[in-house]
Amino acid sequence: MIEAVAERCYHCGFAVPVGADYRQMIGDDLRPMCCPGCAAVAATIVGSGLGSFYKFRSGLNARASQDTYSGENSDADRKDNNPYLDWDIPEIYSEFVSHNGQGLRSIRLFVDNITCAACTWLIEKHLGRLAGVESVNVNGTTMRAEVTWCPERVKLSTLLNAVSLIGYSASPINDSSDIPDIKDQSRKLLLRLGVAGLAMMQAGMVAIALYAGSFQGMQQEWQTLLRLVSILFVTPVVFYSAQPFFSNAWRSLKMAHLVMDVPVALAISLAYLASLWATLQGATFQGAVSNNTGEVYFDSISMFTFFLLLGRFAEQRIRHKNLLLLNRGHLLPPVITQVFPSQPALAENAKSAHSDKSAHIYKSARSAISACGDAIVPIKTLQKGDFIRVDGGQTIPCDGVIEFGDSQVSEALLTGESRPLPKQPGQTVYAGTINGANPLVIKVLAVAGDTKLSTILKLAERAAIHKPHWAGLADRLAGWFIAALLIIAASVAWYWYLHDPQRALWITLSVLVVTCPCALSLATPTALSVASGLLRAEGFLINRGHVLELLPTIDRVIFDKTGTLTEGNLRLLHIESFDINSSISEQQILGWAATLEQGSQHPIARALQPCATDQLGQIEQQQFVTGCGVSGYINGDCFALGKPRWVARLFNISETEFINRQQISAADNKGIEVALARNGQWFARIYLGDQLRDSASSAINQLRERDLHVSLISGDPSPTAAEIIQPLALNDYQFSLQPQQKLQVVQQLQEQGKPLLMVGDGINDVPVLQAADISVAMGQASELSQINADVILLSNDLTVLPVAMAVAAKTRRIIKQNIGWAIGYNLVALPLAAMGYVPPWAAAIGMSVSSLLVLLNALRISRGASC
Amino acid sequence: MESLYLLIPISLVFIVIAIRVFFWAVNSGQYDDLDSEGERILFDNDEPQEQQQLETNKEIRVQVESKKEQP
Repeated sequence: MIEAVAERCYHCGFAVPVGADYRQMIGDDLRPMCCPGCAAVAATIVGSGLGSFYKFRSGLNARASQDTYSGENSDADRKDNNPYLDWDIPEIYSEFVSHNGQGLRSIRLFVDNITCAACTWLIEKHLGRLAGVESVNVNGTTMRAEVTWCPERVKLSTLLNAVSLIGYSASPINDSSDIPDIKDQSRKLLLRLGVAGLAMMQAGMVAIALYAGSFQGMQQEWQTLLRLVSILFVTPVVFYSAQPFFSNAWRSLKMAHLVMDVPVALAISLAYLASLWATLQGATFQGAVSNNTGEVYFDSISMFTFFLLLGRFAEQRIRHKNLLLLNRGHLLPPVITQVFPSQPALAENAKSAHSDKSAHIYKSARSAISACGDAIVPIKTLQKGDFIRVDGGQTIPCDGVIEFGDSQVSEALLTGESRPLPKQPGQTVYAGTINGANPLVIKVLAVAGDTKLSTILKLAERAAIHKPHWAGLADRLAGWFIAALLIIAASVAWYWYLHDPQRALWITLSVLVVTCPCALSLATPTALSVASGLLRAEGFLINRGHVLELLPTIDRVIFDKTGTLTEGNLRLLHIESFDINSSISEQQILGWAATLEQGSQHPIARALQPCATDQLGQIEQQQFVTGCGVSGYINGDCFALGKPRWVARLFNISETEFINRQQISAADNKGIEVALARNGQWFARIYLGDQLRDSASSAINQLRERDLHVSLISGDPSPTAAEIIQPLALNDYQFSLQPQQKLQVVQQLQEQGKPLLMVGDGINDVPVLQAADISVAMGQASELSQINADVILLSNDLTVLPVAMAVAAKTRRIIKQNIGWAIGYNLVALPLAAMGYVPPWAAAIGMSVSSLLVLLNALRISRGASC
Repeated sequence: MESLYLLIPISLVFIVIAIRVFFWAVNSGQYDDLDSEGERILFDNDEPQEQQQLETNKEIRVQVESKKEQP
């Protein structure tokens, strides 16, 4: 094997880091794995006898979550440390679970990361083998799983954990409002399509006999019989299959706003009525000379309806799939610990959770709860005046004032400020912010609609009103098209009425049928469906219809900073060891640091923990000091990690010595510096900071190559913000902007008449996302931003943006070709029809060939982009 | 040609049956998952293993029973 070729993870396809060895036996081969997570998932799959999954799958799996598996979590560990325990609380699951007669429960789960049909098989088999599971049914299209289980034998949390052990994530969902609608709509459309398809074939067969008859001569009796049979087939098509076109056309006429469905409905109904009349006339004049009773267009009507429904079905499938992907439920239930307000108990509660640090923090919190008789309650039941406890790492669910405990709170989602702020009793905290360190007991001041969060939402609602309206190309054409069509048809009818009144009706009708905008109304939706399906595979999930058509006209892209261009959380940047002999490796320093931070949820701890490959011994007498750092003994040595000033005071050593040892200049210092000392000696300096996303730089370069103006507006007031974005080729940037100011910036730009695209993630971006012509929310963005965005970048890969621009440009080109072709065809066919040279069979062939060409042209979008 | 009076009604009956079957299939949810159902049949070839296990179970049972009978 050639060494230069980087090995790829057999599970997820990610490059295997140099020196890493997580290989796993799969089948008869030892396969490379990129991380402990993937290795553990693969081991679970093989261990449960489902290794043949890897033979069946047609795509790579998603990479295992890196948080869950950091350190040396063994399989057994993960089974014990079930993170889904809160789902076992009756008040919480009751909303999602339905009971059936035999004491069984069932639930619907959203399963993420289903990549191919084999995934559904794997999940069904794996869950189905758990004792107590009655039935599992995974739907790969809707990404939903229906599980029925026996509550006495297995718990809900065990089921959820079992799914996560094989590398997927399951979250209970309650989409009683959405899913039945989606299911209903897609079933209905499929039925209409099926009826139109079957009728089309039958009517086509009969039509061949009729055409043959009109060439070779046919007795009136048989012609009438065949026409009557056609009526039988086509009537359900008109009254059942084509019904959506009629109702859409009627609705748009009532609103005095013409859409493509109007000419469609007009053509179908006129062709049907005239054919009906021709048939009846033929039947009443039995024995008269044949072929002077007018033409029938039954085959055209059914084919026409079938093609249009096919286009609509494809469009609907894409739209529904995006909708289903958006409604993904909560992985962990929206709950909070409520503390019952007797003052001593409050203090006790805060203290007990604070001191018991050595154990897994979550478990310790749980035991403290049961000791004090507190309860875990759903967030929506909270009321003003309640007391709640928010543990480190939890999101604060309401506005409130701190009663006990001091901690650091990250307000990044609310303000864009990337550094956590210290908070003490008496200070106010806001809903949507994240408690970074110690447990806090908070008195609830405002919930739901009264929080600071909701004022931002109101701003967003107002912004939405001013959002520029964008009408699709096809609908803009529709108005012109109908006007032109009606004028032409009327003048043709008038001309023939003067010259040959016998033929006037039939020639006018053939003009209407020939010009029926089948190809024209397929031109846009088919191309858009293909393009949005293609982009979804890239993780670019289109939420609203106008995006693809508007994207090529964008000339300015605006980014948010924290969480958008940067990753939004602290990462290890650099280590400086003070060890002169350099006998101690960076790995060892990180190992000590990670051991010291064991069990903490502080952002610094979470940045350090995954960096250490192995932990060095047990930590004893671990002590956290809020806003300062952590100290403790490892293998008899005394360590301290934290702010240089605090460490200096703790060991009584000189802080200036630490400062003087700085190796890189202060200008390069882009993050937070943390000091590590051992036994009263300075030992190392660790830099942590928010990092640019890997994709940020190349994405911005590619956008600039497309002649776009790229700017940044950030809410972050901290001085390091400007330094982080230094390597990026931005046209301009602005910092320290409040949500209102961001909105103003965007609206001013829009007043200059240039459409812009905004990429953001936080709640502070919601108003500006609402206002932007196209808004893109990151995949890990707050739920609120995602709901309000036009596009969700599920992959979090910014380089998908230029790809989407390219696909959109290509789509626009294809749409133009399609429309050009459709109009060209009409222009050629129209004079011929007006002169009376187009018999029904020619109209039928012309219409279906032009529709097929449009469909095939739309498929070209996916071919070019995949290479 | 008079046979058309018989043949066309027969074909109509077939079409009606086909449409009824199609409605039943869609309404009973058989078209709800268009992505994975088509491939499902390919995956379930682990039956020989289970079959084997059943057989070994049977063998064990036979052995146990024969041991019981011995004393």
